Amino acid sequence: MATMTIAKAINEGLRASLTNNPKSLLMGEDIGHLGGVYRVTDGLIKEFGDERVLDTPLAESGIVGTAIGLALRGYSPVCEIQFDGFVYPAFNQITTQLAKIHARSLGKLTVPVVIRIPYGGGIGSIEHHSESPEALFAHTAGLRIISPSNAHDAYWMIQKAIECQDPVIFFEPKRRYWLKGEVDVENAGLSEDPFKAHVVREGADATIVAYGPLVPVALAAANAATEDGRSIEVIDLRSISPLDFDTVEASVKKTGRLIVAHEAPTFGGIGGEIAARISERAFLHLEAPVIRVGGFHMPYPVAKVEEDYLPDIDKILEALDRSLSY
Amino acid sequence: MGSTQLPPGTEETLAATTAAAAAPGEPVEMVQLLGPDGTLGSDPVFSDYAKRIDPEKLRVFYTDMARIRRFDQEATALQRQGELALWVPLTGQEAAQIGSAHASQSQDYIFPTYREHGVALVRNVDLAELLKQFRGVSNGGWDPRENNFHLYTLVLAAQTLHAVGYAMGIQRDQKLAAATDSTEPKAAVIAYFGDGASSEGDVHESMVFAASYNAPVVFFCQNNHWAISVPTEVQTKVPLANRAKGYGFPGIRVDGNDAIAVHAVTEWALEHAREGRGPVLIEAYTYRVGAHTTADDPTKYRESAEEAAWREKDPLDRLEKYLRTEGLADEAFFDQVKADGDELAKYVRSTTHGLEVPDIRAAFASVYAEQHPLIAEELAWFEEYSAGFESDQEAAN
Repeated sequence: MATMTIAKAINEGLRASLTNNPKSLLMGEDIGHLGGVYRVTDGLIKEFGDERVLDTPLAESGIVGTAIGLALRGYSPVCEIQFDGFVYPAFNQITTQLAKIHARSLGKLTVPVVIRIPYGGGIGSIEHHSESPEALFAHTAGLRIISPSNAHDAYWMIQKAIECQDPVIFFEPKRRYWLKGEVDVENAGLSEDPFKAHVVREGADATIVAYGPLVPVALAAANAATEDGRSIEVIDLRSISPLDFDTVEASVKKTGRLIVAHEAPTFGGIGGEIAARISERAFLHLEAPVIRVGGFHMPYPVAKVEEDYLPDIDKILEALDRSLSY
Repeated sequence: MGSTQLPPGTEETLAATTAAAAAPGEPVEMVQLLGPDGTLGSDPVFSDYAKRIDPEKLRVFYTDMARIRRFDQEATALQRQGELALWVPLTGQEAAQIGSAHASQSQDYIFPTYREHGVALVRNVDLAELLKQFRGVSNGGWDPRENNFHLYTLVLAAQTLHAVGYAMGIQRDQKLAAATDSTEPKAAVIAYFGDGASSEGDVHESMVFAASYNAPVVFFCQNNHWAISVPTEVQTKVPLANRAKGYGFPGIRVDGNDAIAVHAVTEWALEHAREGRGPVLIEAYTYRVGAHTTADDPTKYRESAEEAAWREKDPLDRLEKYLRTEGLADEAFFDQVKADGDELAKYVRSTTHGLEVPDIRAAFASVYAEQHPLIAEELAWFEEYSAGFESDQEAAN
């Protein structure tokens, strides 16, 4: 067991993959000598050289497009997109090419590309540095989308993403980069399957589903609710696509109430998808409508008012109240 | 050319013959060996490469050009008869495609756009498989690994980046092989695209990446003068080959209707790339004689006189003249070429009719390489739904 931050855990996970898989390589803007703007790739260029850790030209479509070519040649590229709001120049390569090549070739070609994206707000940053675009990618078949919320998962999930033969978008909760946790580098344990949801807190009265940066917020809200005598279950989704509806369904059949929290806007978001599926699977078990807690239908607001935009403990508690008093 | 390494003695000559020297609006030098009248000229650099083409190879060029033109006619007819949803004709661009493809070696990898039927022919792709996409029975059609010929890419220029990444993989394979004392054949990549696609950002990014990493890639731009209805002048104010200078690698405009020059220039470029000297841009100056696709009507946007002028520069006619004048092919050869073309057309027509309509279950099976619960769930629903109709049918019987 070692204690490390999420950023360090990803760094160690990348190091393990680079060591174990000679065909893996990292590519992105400023990821070499600088070690990435968040230092997630710190030290890796020294250890593995600039053939395996590439400081690329400043062009996101170029990064993903050339990664596809490398994958077609048998490599396992891990791309870093510097910030969530800068992924859009690569959107075409990701959605029309990366996601579809396996299907277009009827399975003859695989493109095991991983795209790491630091995402989400709460760090007081400027425009385009605080977004949560995961639903845009979840809507595209052919991609897998995962997001760790703790150091142990971060260490193992990045390695599992690199091993996966499908393209994986790996959303990193940037405001939790410095969150420390225990990492078992010998045994993945429950992290073995990166596409399964985890029940991280058991409860009987309601279920909160969250992922990435909001898992600690959901847990804090659940703890706060105990003061009112409420027993709240919390699920860390971990994977957005595929989405582990079985785990959510089982929880809802137990608690009868569901809150879904994410930073992304609620309209057209993952919460809506969960609400729809759960209403189909567990309609007669629901004691209240599924309630979503998320961003508003607006461009991510300026940093000085982001607290009003972001889901927090109080907003989740308010949703719990509405659900429990329905 | 800066620090770009060229074969000994060719640097100054190339600087003069390539587009690099031309300013906007100025006429640009174009490498041409076989003129429209069928006479063979010379070039200070590329005549040496043209000399490698023996008479048998020239006859193969002609045969392939004639076969692919015949195939093009047949596919157009199949579309008109409702057998294909769409066809993308290549007539006029045979020399650019056949000449360049014959310069590639089996270990080279090719990324086409969607009009490279001639390249597909040379790379031994079954042309009936190529029609699958246009018949609506596949989004691909062939196994790209069999002939190192990638699937067609319909989103313009996306494949130019894939080509550069693939070339970066070749570089790494060679280093890995060297580290283990094994051998990896020297290889290069060709990225085909057109004058329209040259405006796409991915072409720019691919050239930046290729230059930065000195990737073994040949950018082969067929300037066929029209991006559906928009002329090249809207895409660029300078000769496209000139753009290479801005990225720091050689750019050459070649007469795209001259199979000999196209082959010579491409062979030089591929050697340049395979030997580790970096990327090359070739602009094959040609013309799309027909429509963009069978859904297009060129009379809406261009003069028939322009088409007529380009027909005078026809790539097959000029090679036929040369072969006849030089006594390299007789009447029996041309009769045989025609018969081969008709045979190919017959084959394509009969196999098109027989192309199997896939089961949508195959689509479910190929979305992901690994198990995916949503795919399984939706497939299970579809099976149950379909079975409902089957039992209705049984009840009715």
